Amino acid sequence: MSDVILGIETSCDETAAAVVERAQLVRSSVVSSQVERHAPFGGVVPEIAGRAHVEQLVPVIAEALVSAGAEGADLDAVAATTGPGLAGSLLIGVSAAKALSLVWDVPFVSVNHLEAHLYASFLEEPDLELPLVVLLVSGGHTMLVFMEDHCRYRLLGSTLDDAAGEAFDKVARFLGLGYPGGPAIDELSVEGDPSAFAYPRSMVQENPATLPDDRRFAFSFSGLKTAVVNHVRNEPDAPTADVAASFQEAVVDTLVTKARWAVEATGAKGLCLGGGVAANSRLRERFLDTCGDLGVRAFLPSRSMCTDNAAMVAAAGWWRLSMFGPSPLDTGVDPNQGLPLVD
Amino acid sequence: MTTTVVHTGSAVATQAVAARLAALVGAGDLIVLCGDLGAGKTTFTQGFGEALGVTSPVTSPTFTLANRYEGALIVNHLDVYRLAHIAEVEDLGLPELVDDRSVTLIEWGDAIVGALSGGYLEVRIRLGDGTDDRTLEFRAVGTEWRDREAALSGLADGGPGDAGGAPC
Repeated sequence: MSDVILGIETSCDETAAAVVERAQLVRSSVVSSQVERHAPFGGVVPEIAGRAHVEQLVPVIAEALVSAGAEGADLDAVAATTGPGLAGSLLIGVSAAKALSLVWDVPFVSVNHLEAHLYASFLEEPDLELPLVVLLVSGGHTMLVFMEDHCRYRLLGSTLDDAAGEAFDKVARFLGLGYPGGPAIDELSVEGDPSAFAYPRSMVQENPATLPDDRRFAFSFSGLKTAVVNHVRNEPDAPTADVAASFQEAVVDTLVTKARWAVEATGAKGLCLGGGVAANSRLRERFLDTCGDLGVRAFLPSRSMCTDNAAMVAAAGWWRLSMFGPSPLDTGVDPNQGLPLVD
Repeated sequence: MTTTVVHTGSAVATQAVAARLAALVGAGDLIVLCGDLGAGKTTFTQGFGEALGVTSPVTSPTFTLANRYEGALIVNHLDVYRLAHIAEVEDLGLPELVDDRSVTLIEWGDAIVGALSGGYLEVRIRLGDGTDDRTLEFRAVGTEWRDREAALSGLADGGPGDAGGAPC
């Protein structure tokens, strides 16, 4: 049985490696963040990301092995993120994983970054009750997924324009709060009044049944971003903390309302939060309240597991390997790879 | 070089103008979208893509950097918002994307026009007085759009592309 897995993650900002047993026991998880390098540019820069991954990957893998007290011979498989992400960055992690799988003569497992985020929530919750509704919220993605079984997903809805994390980043940049924008708005919102300004909640209303099927679980944050921009242009003296808190409340309101609808519509036994925006403190608070109201289990990853890491890649890799076996060594990277859906 | 100016009062009207522009484009065309945060660059691209028969949702490419949609033409939707240097634009592989099967739109394109070798159509979207008011300015750069200038100026008044509804 392949139980000890080395996970490698290089899809975006972070160079990460981790050793995880049976998708539950994290023996090591090393993340070397590139955020400081990127901060002056206000975002992820592919060329810099690629070069930094090359420099950091070998030391990061070595540290993950040493902290886990593991050697190549102890590992049963190597898993790496093959997409979605920046092609040049993905290639570095995937090439390293394939090379190690050949050297150690163990299987290589291709992992989808979104599926990995989902499994981050279960690293600390081994006794899963399925089916679940998963709310995945990051810089590039915002989606509601129905998880029927392990590695079996149905897409309930996703964003029609901007992802929630992108809205956080762009509004933060517009308000002059710096990068990354999510934590900056989270922090400032504590001092602001979330009801100071009534920003729009797109496709949210009293009765979800009156929304068209393809809009009920869909998201749109572009109009909200524009509403904040218009408001601040017209009212430059509006306290930034109130703007940030009201904006954050509109995003969180929309996310938890639609997640609640999804649980009610599917009869799911639990609600799971994943992706970088899952680190937002207001979202975590409202998410737990919502699960309490619904009487379903809440799966909430710890903050360190919300952002990109390799423990979640190793965990998703273990499930993939158990259910579908190794991936061929000619598996390529796919920058636009979607979550593997049934039907 | 003349600039065609169109005023719109709603996102739907902006998308209708984009749909009329879609009737004028051909494979290999490059469109550079300029405008502040919230101006409606992605909204414009949604109307443009829909007119070309793109059925999957056109979402913001800010984090993914480059999205690709299948329609009557392949629609490449790029975003250079997060790129700070011309050199990084090379990583997007623009020359490989702009081929004889696709039309390419680049958001926040102001930053990279210096790196473009051929001509392009600049679409500048300005915020107006009302919340949903926008001014769209179309300006052709280079020879590629020379014989379409009359058609471009038609965008201002409903234009030839409007006659038969959205082309697919």
